[in-house]
Amino acid sequence: MASRPIDAKALAGKLPEPERRVQLLIVGAGAAGCAAAVEAATAGARVLLIDENPVDAGLMGLDAPLYYGGRYTAAVQAKARMLEQVFSAEPGLEAAMEAGAEVELGVYAWGAWIPGEGLAALPGAVAGLADEHRSWMVGFDKLIVAAGARDTAFAFKGWDQPGVMGARAFRALLQTYNAFAGRRVAILGSGPLALDTIRLAHDAGVDVVAVIEVADSVQAAGLATGLATGMDVRVACVPLVAHGDHEGVTALTVRDTRTGENFVIACDTIIQAISLTPTVELLDVLGAAIAPLSCAGGHAPASTDGARTSLPDVFIAGDVAGAPGGSWLAREAAQASGRRAARRALGLEVEPAPEASSDFDALAYQALWARVLFGAADPSLIICQCESVSLEALLAARQPDYLGPPPPAMARRDLGELLRDGPVNQDQIKRLTRACMGACQARRCREQVALALAGAANIPPADVPLAGYRAPVRPLPLSVIADWRETPEMAAGWDVWFGIRGQWTPYADIGTEREALYDGLFGGDMHL
Amino acid sequence: MSARLGAEVVVIGGGVTGLSAAWWLARSGVNVLVLDKGVVGWEASGRNGGGASHYHSPLFDEEQRLWPLMDELLGYSTEYRRERVVFATNDHHMAQYRRMAQMCRDLGRQVDDLDPGQVRDMVPLAGDNVVGGIHLRFGGQANPQRAVQAYAWAIQDLGGRILQHARVERILTHGDQVTGVETTRGTIDCDHLVVAAGPQSEALLAPLGARLPLAAARAEMIVTEPAPLMPVGGADGNGLYGRQTLRGNLAYGGGPHEWMEIGPFGPTRRPGSPLVRNLARRVAELLPRGAHLRVIRGWAGVVENTPDGRPVIDRLDSPGNVTVATMSGVGFGLSPATGHAIRDLVVEGRCTFADIGKLTIRRFAGLPEDWRESAGWRPTAHAEAV
Repeated sequence: MASRPIDAKALAGKLPEPERRVQLLIVGAGAAGCAAAVEAATAGARVLLIDENPVDAGLMGLDAPLYYGGRYTAAVQAKARMLEQVFSAEPGLEAAMEAGAEVELGVYAWGAWIPGEGLAALPGAVAGLADEHRSWMVGFDKLIVAAGARDTAFAFKGWDQPGVMGARAFRALLQTYNAFAGRRVAILGSGPLALDTIRLAHDAGVDVVAVIEVADSVQAAGLATGLATGMDVRVACVPLVAHGDHEGVTALTVRDTRTGENFVIACDTIIQAISLTPTVELLDVLGAAIAPLSCAGGHAPASTDGARTSLPDVFIAGDVAGAPGGSWLAREAAQASGRRAARRALGLEVEPAPEASSDFDALAYQALWARVLFGAADPSLIICQCESVSLEALLAARQPDYLGPPPPAMARRDLGELLRDGPVNQDQIKRLTRACMGACQARRCREQVALALAGAANIPPADVPLAGYRAPVRPLPLSVIADWRETPEMAAGWDVWFGIRGQWTPYADIGTEREALYDGLFGGDMHL
Repeated sequence: MSARLGAEVVVIGGGVTGLSAAWWLARSGVNVLVLDKGVVGWEASGRNGGGASHYHSPLFDEEQRLWPLMDELLGYSTEYRRERVVFATNDHHMAQYRRMAQMCRDLGRQVDDLDPGQVRDMVPLAGDNVVGGIHLRFGGQANPQRAVQAYAWAIQDLGGRILQHARVERILTHGDQVTGVETTRGTIDCDHLVVAAGPQSEALLAPLGARLPLAAARAEMIVTEPAPLMPVGGADGNGLYGRQTLRGNLAYGGGPHEWMEIGPFGPTRRPGSPLVRNLARRVAELLPRGAHLRVIRGWAGVVENTPDGRPVIDRLDSPGNVTVATMSGVGFGLSPATGHAIRDLVVEGRCTFADIGKLTIRRFAGLPEDWRESAGWRPTAHAEAV
């Protein structure tokens, strides 16, 4: 084979081979992921099924990956016990193992890449995995992302206290962790997700004391009937403030938007059950096409059949594909979705997917909540907790407080000015205000910031482009992400910058005999 | 039909170089319009380490004069901070840093030697593994994302215009003069054209008979959650460049790049890669007392390079009303001075404050057509390299 010159300082040939390769990697071991694993392993495929649960308590404190709102018991600290708990909570895990799939719990998928534009140097398709101690790479032929959906959070006064949380996290703490620490919950929202959340609470014996809806009527038909017995169902009401003490929420004040009257509801937990959004993080890092899907309440992977993505080797299963009404799929539907994805991934015949659409526009519903909540809020309301960005600062595109008071020119600038120069761009606003730049990786504010921007620009929420996700999609420590066994090729070819010989020669010496001196001393290295 | 747009000077490229040029021109009372295919500062200008310490450049004196004034001159914050510390965790690196310090001293710059204790005082996240370091009593760092927006706003405050989402499809000529540009948002007339379009500059200029050989590659960085502010934010070593931001995040890059083929519309993807693991390891080694910090982001920027890695800042002989600038991957820190030089070339026909005669486009006239292949500066598959 004729060889051509290769830049010794370029990435090609330096990334390590993955620790192992599998035929099918499945990320997410809920009902859909487990069913996919059973289907694929039964068909003879070599399957690795991973799930990040039980997640580290430190991550839970950052509301990653779900909006736990600090309402978990101390049991989540006991990792070994939690592993048993998580395993026993999902019968599909045992079924997957019995079918021959390899199962790893407590393993994060923080990145995934496939060779393509700008990524020719990859040693094949690889996923970056990690536990609490180290990271490693696994190669795959096919990947099924069954990462579920996560909570869309909304800010109101007091939302940063323990006890304000999301419906998906509530479900995880009840069903997966058996570690929910609340007793009396108020539910925000009355759509499909609220209905599913109330059912969950009833089944678990958690007392639902109130349902709060900003719209003039209850949104889910089922909620208007028998389910609501004993609950204080209030429509046309907006949450104003969550009161609390050192242990978190003790009550919620809501205002009737028609009468202006305030009501106080005693509760220890406020569950935001307005809408979920598909967990597309890994898919965005992979470069899969992603588009707004109103009935699913957020951006979802573009798919022709609910299983394929725009990438030929990457498939989706379960809620990440977009669950109707911004809620989650029923268990049987999730399992069927998993089986279809597995068969697609293995090139087997696939039965047509059942109609799973919903008339409920979960994106418009979120926009309504944002409009009413932010309309009633004080402009100083903090919308990005990690970076302390207020609603007012966001809409003023104001520089962060650590830079001191804005200079006079800055004070004349705002979002409206930026919009005169181009369409809404959440990533641009992020750079200026730091909203969504924090340690929670914007899990608490990404969607509501987009909604606030859509409201200010007077455009539908679907018209705000998705702010990009970047690996690592889990906030893991440097020492954990680190590759402590760097390849010799990597070490030898490492340079601070491009390693172009002569780039750093002092200008005056260019073209003189001293050029050779610098080349000998430094080569292309600025400083090693 | 909308009225035909026009400006005395049109700048193609709202990166930091084009923006600074437009700002300098607007300060001189020139009617200037900046075109960008997307949002200002969206490519490498907003995706870099923010370093401002390029002592090898003929523009460095002017850069050093300007940076401390930029917040005031622009009217917006750039988060500029002075000086840098480079420190070693092994003897091999330390020897190299000493040579670098001597080179800087030879250039008339002050560099102080640091013992390990002094390094730890300035960079408290450094650990017991410090061998020693050097303190550059010059240079510094700023926030690229804030600085590019500051330039853009400052241009507007001076009456200059910025047209985003306007991709240039063709440069229009009449005789030996450029008369304007055809864009996706209409035709725009101009008396003088500045081409500072990053990797796209080569293809834009080719029809004019001007050869600007460029190769684009992506380079990666990582960012951690915030840590308490260190006395010196510009602290690097261990093969890394980077900084602690004023918010407290550690932002570091370095290591291998990946060559890309860039179409006329610019990069369609800017993927990161598993290199994030190597960056994390090197940051953890350099700053062991920060090894527990969570990595919250990674990113890649696409950077264009000339064959010798040195900038081109030049006014073409023909057409005579075109000025060209590429900084070959070292544009952000030098930008206050680069804009001044470009302004001078446009308005005065020559750079008034520094000799930039070695940065002409002419030096590549005899370059073989296959220079990228010869250098290995083409995308290379893993299998091809192992």
